[in-house]
Amino acid sequence: MSLPILEMKNITKEFPGVKALNNVSFRVAANEIHCLVGENGAGKSTLMKVLSGVYPYGDYSGDILFNGEVQKFHSISDSDKAGIAIIYQELALVPEMSVYENIFLGNEITNGITVDWNETIKRASEAIKKVRLDVNPATKVKDLGVGKQQLIEIAKALSRNVKLLILDEPTSALNEDDSKNLLNLLRGLRDQGVTSILISHKLKEVIEIADTITVLRDGQTICTLAAQNRAVSEGLLIKNMVGREIDNIYPKRENRQIGEVVLEVSDWSAYNPALGRTILKNIHFTLRKGEIVGFAGLMGSGRTELALSLFGNPDHYRIVGGMKLKGKRVHFTHPSQAIKAGLAYVTEDRKGDGLILMQDVKQNITLANLNAISKNGVVDSNLEVQVGNEYKTSLNIKTPNVEQKVQNLSGGNQQKVSLGKWLFVKPDILILDEPTRGIDVGAKYEIYQIMNRLVQQGMSIIMISSELPEILGMSDRVFIVSSGKIAGELPIAEATQEKIMELATN
Amino acid sequence: MSTITTSKPESASFLDHAQTVLRQNIREYGMYIALFFIMTIFTITTKGIFISSRNISNLVNQTGYIAVLAVGMTLVIVIRHIDLSVGFLAGFLGAVAAIAMVFWHLPVYIVIPMVLLLGIIAGCITAFPVAQLGIPSFVASLAGWLIYRGAILLVTMGTGTIVIPDKIFNAIGNGFIPDLPEMGFLPGIHKITLFLGLLAVIFFIISELNGRKKKQAYNFEVLPMDMFVLKLFFVSALIGYITWVLAGYRGMSWTLVVVLIVVAIYHFITTNTVLGRHIYAVGGNPEAAELSGISVKRMVFVVFGSMGMLAALSGILFASRLQSATTTAGSLFEMDAIAAAYVGGVSAAGGVGKVIGSIIGALVMMSLTSGMNLMGIDISLQYIVRGAVLAAAVIFDVATRARGK
Repeated sequence: MSLPILEMKNITKEFPGVKALNNVSFRVAANEIHCLVGENGAGKSTLMKVLSGVYPYGDYSGDILFNGEVQKFHSISDSDKAGIAIIYQELALVPEMSVYENIFLGNEITNGITVDWNETIKRASEAIKKVRLDVNPATKVKDLGVGKQQLIEIAKALSRNVKLLILDEPTSALNEDDSKNLLNLLRGLRDQGVTSILISHKLKEVIEIADTITVLRDGQTICTLAAQNRAVSEGLLIKNMVGREIDNIYPKRENRQIGEVVLEVSDWSAYNPALGRTILKNIHFTLRKGEIVGFAGLMGSGRTELALSLFGNPDHYRIVGGMKLKGKRVHFTHPSQAIKAGLAYVTEDRKGDGLILMQDVKQNITLANLNAISKNGVVDSNLEVQVGNEYKTSLNIKTPNVEQKVQNLSGGNQQKVSLGKWLFVKPDILILDEPTRGIDVGAKYEIYQIMNRLVQQGMSIIMISSELPEILGMSDRVFIVSSGKIAGELPIAEATQEKIMELATN
Repeated sequence: MSTITTSKPESASFLDHAQTVLRQNIREYGMYIALFFIMTIFTITTKGIFISSRNISNLVNQTGYIAVLAVGMTLVIVIRHIDLSVGFLAGFLGAVAAIAMVFWHLPVYIVIPMVLLLGIIAGCITAFPVAQLGIPSFVASLAGWLIYRGAILLVTMGTGTIVIPDKIFNAIGNGFIPDLPEMGFLPGIHKITLFLGLLAVIFFIISELNGRKKKQAYNFEVLPMDMFVLKLFFVSALIGYITWVLAGYRGMSWTLVVVLIVVAIYHFITTNTVLGRHIYAVGGNPEAAELSGISVKRMVFVVFGSMGMLAALSGILFASRLQSATTTAGSLFEMDAIAAAYVGGVSAAGGVGKVIGSIIGALVMMSLTSGMNLMGIDISLQYIVRGAVLAAAVIFDVATRARGK
């Protein structure tokens, strides 16, 4: 094994009431791709925040050795100077600025007083080439897709002579092509002497790319595995992550009783005036009672927009087309009408438009159906606690009590709160948009079990997902969306990853 | 050795409790502590004049018309907006009330509801461009600020200051609640005020005990017993002392009654009703609220409408206190109300802020004015001190919030 570029020794970091990291040791060799895996709340992000100086020296105990020297980072700019760059799930780019402005933001090239734009553009073009991106450096970042934005973040890091690149869930928002692209780029960078730490929930991709894998669980290092040439199996990783074997990631559903058509959408087209373009074209599909219908497709193909347009159209698209609920034509102008008619929509971005983070668990769960726990407009607080506790138990939400603020929960538990909120509406049709994004294997399994329980009770589910195994593991039928159109429909027996990808990229 | 370590375990645990409770709730208790300190300092520097019955009674009446605005402003800021128009709106509606009584000879019991209704309409007019067209509320209400400033000059142009002769109307800002006839005991003390204060203390203790029992039944966190008792004692003593001081002058003023009713209603709405939940949800995350079936637009209308109504009430209180409508009534009220809300812990990021906090904020700002007036400090320094207190309060709020995470 080559010399370590980074050694973190006996790191302990405590939050009030919680030991987020307990004596963690973490060693990264130079010129490798080191993957860090673990369930949500295992301490991966905290460890990286300690490393990058978000939690300054003195806030934790233990030592950080980088390039053989003890480091005392007091802020991100300290670790930045040492050559460590961290790229978060939520990208830190300014959408209204151009690519070259973003790349040199905070690191402007000046000739004395003013910014040297010519040199900036020249060096930005070089950085863009290094990440194998083909865009005009003058393009505004908001006009680029997520995948390209991610590459620009990396270009930004490279322009600062980064030695250690940390990526936190870089592929969770990317489609398969962009993901592959990114992983290839990391390999290329490794050969040029850049070491990477990759945090990911996508174990296949971890196995594919990792030279070494470290597993964290409950704030402790469980093991570090040599993983070159796919030497580690998915089962072994999962076992170490959760401390138990999961035989089948997708629980089998028995007694599939699929009933009559409950939702029929026909000739459904939508124009988004804010973007000035048509986003949905002649969509037609049906949904039956007790059925899970998967909507696969690439990022930006229009799946979320379809869900929003059905769910009361909060973004005010101009819609033509027909929607029938249990045979009756309906027309919604606000989500409240959709909710009343028996629809529920669990959003893909739970922090952005799903939950109210500063409010507690029970308040979030009851928000969409406050009338059910109130009389004459006054909320019955006893009943509210009961409802909160019911969902805490039935969804296994891990929180000390339902008075806990949602911002203090882990991603998986936040997702369960979000799900609980919409189950309390008692819908007939549940739309799940990326139901397991960014949550760990254990919580995923629980959510799949809940979905199966719900369809057995006669609910119908529309599941939008970018994870093909999830689509294949959970759906009864699959619709593939591509550029705002239904590119195809596959019964689950005929659906394969290859077929879906082919239709999605058509 | 062992005798030393075990010498005073009880007081140690009491102090421990006090420390942790204070640390966890510093944001909430900070204002009360600040108010307490400010009042103590002024009591010392004015050799007790500040805390005299007469001055406290005056202070409460002066706070009244800002306090009701601060209550409305709290909700406006909670839903991430601002309303700059309310100061001159209050002044303008006060003038309308005066004109209605003096020139149109309308009776006071028609004038007051009419003016409140006009306030609601004015609030909804401000809300319209904000909700329907997405105009920033700063701009929309700045337009209102100019318009109402012009309007008040316009309606008082011919007459100048309009003197209000109506006794009932003027009692709102200057009168006190009636008392029992003298019966020999407690001479010179306002007995009904004392009785109401006693009722308030009893009500407070019972509701706290019930709340605690309920929380314990659900295994929620509660204060340690010693701290709980301390809190009960402290708040009861405070209510008791203030009633005692007020009872020593002329008792409770009608202004205080109005403010208490407004606070009680708004506190109840914000903490216990569906409407309150919807308002705080819109403030906390408008996208999530909209997708939860809450109409964000409607909430903007409701909150601005309520703000307009409270502006009308503020105008009535002020006109009644001066017993006249003046051409400059309402100048800078909005700024005092906004400052009170921020001192009271409302967050500009939205979704956070309590009605009671804003009332305490208004009391803090008014205490500063009153105390410095009594000390004979020049108005120039008064502004600087109040500005510094506002800045300190907001910095304190942000600093403790960051640590709370």
